[in-house]
Amino acid sequence: MTDTASGVSPPEGRPVPGAPPVEVRGLVKRYGELEAVAGVDLTVHAGDVYGYLGPNGAGKTTCLRMMLGLIRPTEGTVRLWGRDPLQTVQALDDVAGFVEAPTFYPYLSGRRNLELLAAFDGGDAGDRIEMALETVELTDRARDKIGGYSHGMRQRIGIAAALLRDPKLLLLDEPATGLDPAGMRDMRLLIRRLADQGMTVLLSSHLLAEVEELCNRVAIVRKGKIVYEGAIADLKRGAGTVYRLSTTNDERAMAVCGAQPGISDVRVEHGHICFTADEPAVADLSQALVEAGALIKSLAPQTVTLEDLFFSLTEGDGVVNGGGAPAPVEAAR
Amino acid sequence: MSAIEAVPRRRAVTRPRSRPGVATVYRWELFKLRYQKRTYLGLGAAAIVPILFVVAIHFRHHRDNGNDFAFASYLTKSGLVVPLVLLLFGAVWLFPLITALVAGDIFASEDHNGTLKTVLTRSLERWQIFAGKALAAATYAVVAIFISGTVGVVAGSIQSGFNSVQTLSGSIVSAPKGLELVYLSLLVYLIPIATVVCIGLLLSTITRNSAAAVVGTLMVSLLFQLIGVLPGLGALQPYLLSTQFNAWQGLLRQPIDWSPIVRAAWVCAMYGVPALATAFLVFLRRDVAGG
Repeated sequence: MTDTASGVSPPEGRPVPGAPPVEVRGLVKRYGELEAVAGVDLTVHAGDVYGYLGPNGAGKTTCLRMMLGLIRPTEGTVRLWGRDPLQTVQALDDVAGFVEAPTFYPYLSGRRNLELLAAFDGGDAGDRIEMALETVELTDRARDKIGGYSHGMRQRIGIAAALLRDPKLLLLDEPATGLDPAGMRDMRLLIRRLADQGMTVLLSSHLLAEVEELCNRVAIVRKGKIVYEGAIADLKRGAGTVYRLSTTNDERAMAVCGAQPGISDVRVEHGHICFTADEPAVADLSQALVEAGALIKSLAPQTVTLEDLFFSLTEGDGVVNGGGAPAPVEAAR
Repeated sequence: MSAIEAVPRRRAVTRPRSRPGVATVYRWELFKLRYQKRTYLGLGAAAIVPILFVVAIHFRHHRDNGNDFAFASYLTKSGLVVPLVLLLFGAVWLFPLITALVAGDIFASEDHNGTLKTVLTRSLERWQIFAGKALAAATYAVVAIFISGTVGVVAGSIQSGFNSVQTLSGSIVSAPKGLELVYLSLLVYLIPIATVVCIGLLLSTITRNSAAAVVGTLMVSLLFQLIGVLPGLGALQPYLLSTQFNAWQGLLRQPIDWSPIVRAAWVCAMYGVPALATAFLVFLRRDVAGG
């Protein structure tokens, strides 16, 4: 039995039974003095729709390129179902996607490009060309040269090219970037549909609403390092709930909040007291406020969005506001 | 893209994937060449230059052409001489340029279009892509040389007739035998041309810039020509790439002189093999961070 952590691919590049679709360990890429990727560990499980989040320049695309075998890591390993994409191209069987914008031969038509790629895929990829074109609604424009396609059409033909491989794992780099709202919605629907069919999806994005809607797990990367990996729900739970409070005596209420166990990050925002707490602590606080003579005028929980957490993790000191900040990296091994 | 119901169904059974190979890449590279202007620019030049040459002969044939190069005096006596004279003069820049147009572009254009990442994430090993592309570049060069030779024979025969030819040893060979020698000469000419292909591929992979690779390949070829005419460097002459472009003349001697042809083979290998090997290793090892 091959040990996926040992860096040895199984014979003939076959998948290792039980190995996750993507397993990245200690991935580092340096360009001279610049460390573009600084020790990334992440695991994408079968069936995940996995968001890879980070600001521009965080090393997302470089990491995806290493996953696809386009770039050699300075250190670390990438395994796709236990196979090393640098050792054998068979590691990319059942894997499709694109990094940055999908690119094609501009002097060939959309259909010709797909025919070329299907030929380069082998197997029965050529039989899926019509279906892929229909899926992305480009059948009518398939005979036009890709040089004349709009950005959105290129994104769509990029998806079509990925579907030719009938992949089990889809790696998409900013798939909705540059699309109009309708195009973004359609892209989300398509990815959701593919995921529902059992496809594992790893997508990098900085469109946080998109990721929150689509993904069940995320990795948040900052300056080439993963600062969080795990379920979005866990990330939100760990961050606690932010409450907004207004009382008859806010000065006294501030003091009560500051002294109350389970209440943290007390501050004033837009004339309201804001703090982070879990539900039992809020119940105790309500009683303490009444006893202190600061009667509650309003107390409302505010939903923490992935965006709030993202900025907390990727800006400043990288600590999520509020109590119960998530562990920097939930290593999913 | 609302027709997302049409997403292909997942395959029920995992079948072994029939894998593409070098032949697939080669076939598609040739197909792609059909859609690129530079292909027609090169092949067009290979076809037009012999015609222009014959037209020039036609208008000058009453004037004294002189005997300052091989076959000069026979240009108006046999059309078979035209392709041979073209081989002589084409070595300076015409055929290296035509060859470099594709060899220098074939990898660099992938970088320019950003398509390298597209093809490298399919089911082909890098070496297969390299081999397919190298073969396509070589095929284009072969086609260009043979187009030029064939157009030269046809146009020359129309102008001067399909007549017997005098060899460099002074003997006369019949027209059919002369035709055979012309095509054998073209074959021998492909030896240094193959080296130019290798240099073009090397510059294409290293520079990742079509213009730089094409011009660079031509410059390398011209540099050899320059070294060949520099005083005091006569001893280098047999080992220059430019000299090997004349190896075919050994076929035009009675008996055939194989020594320049044999020397061309190993001298060209001396330049071509390291260039090709370096290009191969660069392509195999390079990070595809852009295209």
